[in-house]
Order: sequence, then structure tokens, then C-alpha cells
Amino acid sequence: MKYLGIESQRPKIGVFDFTGCEGCQLQLANKEETLAAFLSCIDVVCFREISSASGEGFTIALVEGAISREDEVERIRWIREQAEVLVALGSCACFGGVNRLKNDFDLDEANREVYGDQPKPTLPVRAINEVVPVDLEIPGCPVSKAEVERVVQHLIWEVPFRFPAYPVCLECKQRYTVCVFEMGELCLGPITRAGCDAPCPAAGLGCWGCRGPAQETNFEEFLSVARERGFSEDEIVDRLAFFGGFRGIA
Amino acid sequence: MSRQVTVDVRHLTRVEGHGNILVRIKDGKLEEARWDVVETPRFFEVMFKGKDFRSVPLLAARICGICSISHCLTSLAATENAFQLVIPKTAAKVRLLAKHGETLQSHLLHLFFLAMPDFLGVPSVLPLLETNPKAVEIAIRLKGLANRLCEVTAGRTTHPVSLRVGGVTVMPCSDELLDLRGELEHSLDDLAATVDLVKSFELPEFVRETEFVSLKAEDGYPFFGDRVISTDGVECDAANYLEVANEYVDANNTSKWTHLSRGSYVVGALARFNNNHEFLHPEATRVAREMNLEPVCHNPFMCNVAQLVECIHCTHEAMDLIDELIATQPGELTAPVEPKSGQGVGAVEAPRGILFHDYEYNHEGRIVRANCVVPTTQNNANIHRDLSSLVTYFVKQGISDEALELKCSMLVRSYDPCISCSVH
Ligand code: SF4
Ligand code: SF4
Ligand code: SF4
Repeated sequence: MKYLGIESQRPKIGVFDFTGCEGCQLQLANKEETLAAFLSCIDVVCFREISSASGEGFTIALVEGAISREDEVERIRWIREQAEVLVALGSCACFGGVNRLKNDFDLDEANREVYGDQPKPTLPVRAINEVVPVDLEIPGCPVSKAEVERVVQHLIWEVPFRFPAYPVCLECKQRYTVCVFEMGELCLGPITRAGCDAPCPAAGLGCWGCRGPAQETNFEEFLSVARERGFSEDEIVDRLAFFGGFRGIA
Repeated sequence: MSRQVTVDVRHLTRVEGHGNILVRIKDGKLEEARWDVVETPRFFEVMFKGKDFRSVPLLAARICGICSISHCLTSLAATENAFQLVIPKTAAKVRLLAKHGETLQSHLLHLFFLAMPDFLGVPSVLPLLETNPKAVEIAIRLKGLANRLCEVTAGRTTHPVSLRVGGVTVMPCSDELLDLRGELEHSLDDLAATVDLVKSFELPEFVRETEFVSLKAEDGYPFFGDRVISTDGVECDAANYLEVANEYVDANNTSKWTHLSRGSYVVGALARFNNNHEFLHPEATRVAREMNLEPVCHNPFMCNVAQLVECIHCTHEAMDLIDELIATQPGELTAPVEPKSGQGVGAVEAPRGILFHDYEYNHEGRIVRANCVVPTTQNNANIHRDLSSLVTYFVKQGISDEALELKCSMLVRSYDPCISCSVH
């Protein structure tokens, strides 16, 4: 693939998945209008979900999902050893995602409830960066393919890439969405990192914070506004815990 | 015959999630043929506990990235049944349209990206970008349209945002709907080309009799419904799903197994076709005939064809739904929601088969108990049993070891298993 007349290296990419729904991997095959171009500038050597070719020697690993079993710990360590750059793809990989809600329960009891007297091996859910060092994190449930494309451009051509520092509210305003607080809904938009184009408030749902905290947020101010509007502590805490991105803050 | 064969596929490729195939033949005798799901279990049924009814459909969607709309809709149906709610007619139509978008997206992903490479002798769709660009272009166009349909009706292609308890929050505007209508009509040419393509595939002629379970058609080919039927003559309310699935735990699998009238049963496109073919759109019926798909079909590889037939059905029905939506006043989009304590079961035909969610709520609208029975969970035991017959059948015909491994892999892929779903 030539860019400004210069032949660039197509980086060898491996895509891997752990505990999650595979929705983030699916995004890689979406955004059909640029799919062919996207595929022409990378060399996918390993992507079990769509290919039987099991090439090794990937330099960039895109990793979806959280870690919740011993074999996953070993597999992510192996991937870390092989890859020059390890990218955590999606909220499960970055924060543990919804899987983390499992950690609120006693695992033996959970096992009994689901598998009766034949329990299956399981561990408390951890994000990738709690097990191995991660170079780049692309949050979102699911990730935005446009953001993945920008990160890949950054890795190949060193095109500058920065996540927006501002919160979801800004993108929400750009879409002229009526603020859901006005309709009596809770929204984490004021404290959540933008970059998704605010699809949830646009559907009247409010933001659930899948992308984790924004860089510049006034958490205290948010809490007092939410309380003032009559949302209960339970409601606020549940919302902050949903995707696991606000641990340590909330 | 003193043949020794071992097929040992650890983490089968081109399926969603992690599963293994193991076949051992010693001195020409089949010792073992296994399909084992080893995906990390996720414990959603436990995570549902204590959750507020507004977050329940969002959590349900995360069970599966490919069929998030189905999980969301089944979850909504379970909650709405528990709260004894009836959703407005328009909302039901928008939901069905979203459902068709998902069925198309999921079936097309399977046919072109996961199954087609086997029939064209390549490891993935990627080399076809150069050798067979026409097929890839068609795939990308069709899949793009299916995703747009989901986006317009559910707010997003993966993990919907505008489907909520009581109805839907967004009515697509008529301009968007008209655009989609035109594109759907246009896509019939691409679907016709896909029919020609799939006709050129050599589908293995393998048959093993089994039981097919699906929702029962009440008004049209069923995607939502209250009654379950099977080709062995079972008929019951979806609320009695426990008596249908009879889930049990297998020592080698993190997915549970199920059985009904026999040792195992099948759900999915082929089951829906076998049980409800007379309710298909006439164009879909014509294509089924053209492709020699006849009820009751017991060849698991024909699931690929049944998926394509359903794509044609869904495309026509989506066009009709859009016409209806444009012709009528939208009216209310959501019914008033009042949480109640009680139990509710939702049943939906997800792309891979019948899906049940069952919730019990307390008076605050928080879940006290949840249970989900997922399509691939219901298919796993049948895939496992198919494998032994398939291996015996092809070994008798003197198949090579390599070809046997491919046939086994293709068998599993025909079911389009969604493994992370099955270990929810
Ligand atoms: S982040 Fe969301 S979409 Fe991605 S794997 Fe996890 S649950 Fe699925
Ligand atoms: S709806 Fe949410 S994201 Fe949008 S402006 Fe209001 S608080 Fe911010
Ligand atoms: S609006 Fe909030 S919950 Fe929705 S995608 Fe953006 S960050 Fe995630």
C-alpha cells in the first residue's frame, strides 16, 4: 500500500478474544464502506473468528475480552511476549466490562447455581492491564470502528492520534440531542470520555459510561447534580458500575 | 481395515467462540467423536440478579455481539410479560424490522465470511478480495445494507440503544425508511447472484434423522411467538420451555446440553424451515425449491441453504413492513411501564434458533432469578451426535484424513454456532 508515494509496511496483525461477546471483533468486519481499504493496509495473520490461517509473527495484537480463567492468563501472557504492540479492544478488555458484575457474587455459589454439582473452572474477572502491560486501550461497548481505524493509521503511519479529552456531552450537543436529564433520565455523559458520537442519549437512553471516565471531569459536581435531580445512590452506583470503567473513582 | 486416524482440532476457526473437535479411529473402528465447547463460562444468569429492569435489556444484549438485538428483544418480552404489558403496534413493527436486519446481517456474515471459504478452498474471505472480488463486493453490499437496517431501527448495529421496556424510543423517519426500501428492492439482484453462488457449492450429502424445534407460526413465518413445536409432534407454550430444553451439564463442556423427544434436537434456520415452510414469502419458497430444500430436511449442511432462503424472506417482509409503517400514523411508541413482582418468559427466534429468557422480578422491578436457554446450547448435543455418524459415513467411503477433518469442521460450521452465547 502506497501512501504519498512511499511503500509502507503492512503490519502483521493478530486478533484474539477472551471473556466477552465478540461484538468488538465483529466491528472489525463492519463499516463496510471502508472495509476493503482497511484490509488492504494491514496483514491479518491470525483471526480465528474469520480465518483458518493461523500464521504467527504478528507485531500488533488486538485483544478483545476480559480475563476470567487460568488458561486465559497463560494465553494473554503468550500474546504479550509475541506482540510489539498490544491493543486492548473494547470495555471488556479495558475495564473488565459487564463481566465484572460477576465479581459482586460468590463464585462457588454462582457456579452451583449455573452448573449444579459439576462446577467449571472460573476466576474473578480482570481487565487485560491487570494481568499484562497494555500499550493502547480503545474503550467502548462495542468499540467504534472509526476509532480502531484511526489507531491503526497511527500505528502504521504515525498519524497523530489522541482520544478526545472532553466528555460525551459535547458530542451530544453537536447532534442537537435534547438532554435526557430534562426527560427525567440519568446520564453519565458529563463524566464519560467522548468519541462514540453519543448514540445512547440520542435514543433517549442516557449514557451508561461504556467508554470510562473523561480526562477532565468534575465528578463531585456530577454527583451533586444527579442527587439534586432526585436519582438515588443505588441508581447512580449501579450505573457507574455497569461497564467497570469508573472503578477507583466511584 | 486397519486404519488409524486422529482428527484433533483445538479451537475450530471461523465460528464464534472456542470449541474443539476430536475424532479417534483405531484399527478402522470409530473409538470416539466429540464436539466440545471449552469457552470460558460467563455467569450472566447470576449477574442479572438484583438488576433494575431498565438495565436488564442492556445487560442481556451483551450476551452476544452477533445477535445482540435478539437477546435484547427476548429480554424485553420476558420483562413485558412479567409486568403484563402490551406494547403499541407501531413499536412491534419497528422491532420486527430490527429483527429482520439482524437475521440478514447474521446469516450473511455466516454464509459469506464463515462458510463460503470452505467451498472455495481458501482459509478465509481475505484471499477472495483478489481472486473473487465480485463475491466479496456482493457480500459487503448486502451486509452493509443489513447493518444500516439495524442502525435505523435499533439505533446501532451491535448492542441496540432504542429498544426499551414498553416499546421503542425512536420512530425512523419516512425518508430513511424510503431509502432503505429502495435499497432492499435493489438488493434482490445481489441475493439472486448469491443463490447462483451457493448453488455452485458442493454440499455434502449426509443425512441423520433428528428432531427440529422452533416457534410455531401464528401470523406468518415466526420470529416472535408464544408456542413451540417440533417435528416429533411436541407442541406447548413457550412459558413451558424448561420441558422443551431439559438442560443438563456435560463433564467436557462449558455449554449445557439439551434433549426433548430423542437424545438431542436442532434449532435454527433449518428447524424454522422444516416446521413453518408454508408461511414463507412465495419468492423464498421458489428459491427453496430451486435449491432442492424440501421439508423435512435432515441434512445439517442444508442449514446454509435455509439461511439464504430466510434472507430472501426477510428482505421481502422488511419491504412490506416499511410500506405499512409509512402508510400509517405512528401513534404511541411506548406503553406506560409499571414494575410488578412476578415471572415472565420471552421467546424469540434468534438467527441461530429459538431463544428463551425467563425472569422473576420483585415489586421494585429488580430481578430475583433469571434463566436463559440459548440456541447454540440447544444445538451442541446434536452437533456432537452428528459427528459420529458423519465420520462413520465418510470413513466407509474411504475419505482421506485431511478431507475428513474438513468435513467435520464444515459440519460444525453449518450450525453457525455462537459459542460465547452458549456459555452465557
Ligand atoms: S466490550 Fe462490549 S461489545 Fe466488546 S466484547 Fe465486551 S461486551 Fe462485547
Ligand atoms: S443527554 Fe447526557 S450527554 Fe447529552 S447533554 Fe445531557 S447529560 Fe450530556
Ligand atoms: S453514549 Fe455513553 S454508553 Fe453510549 S456509547 Fe457513548 S460512552 Fe458508551
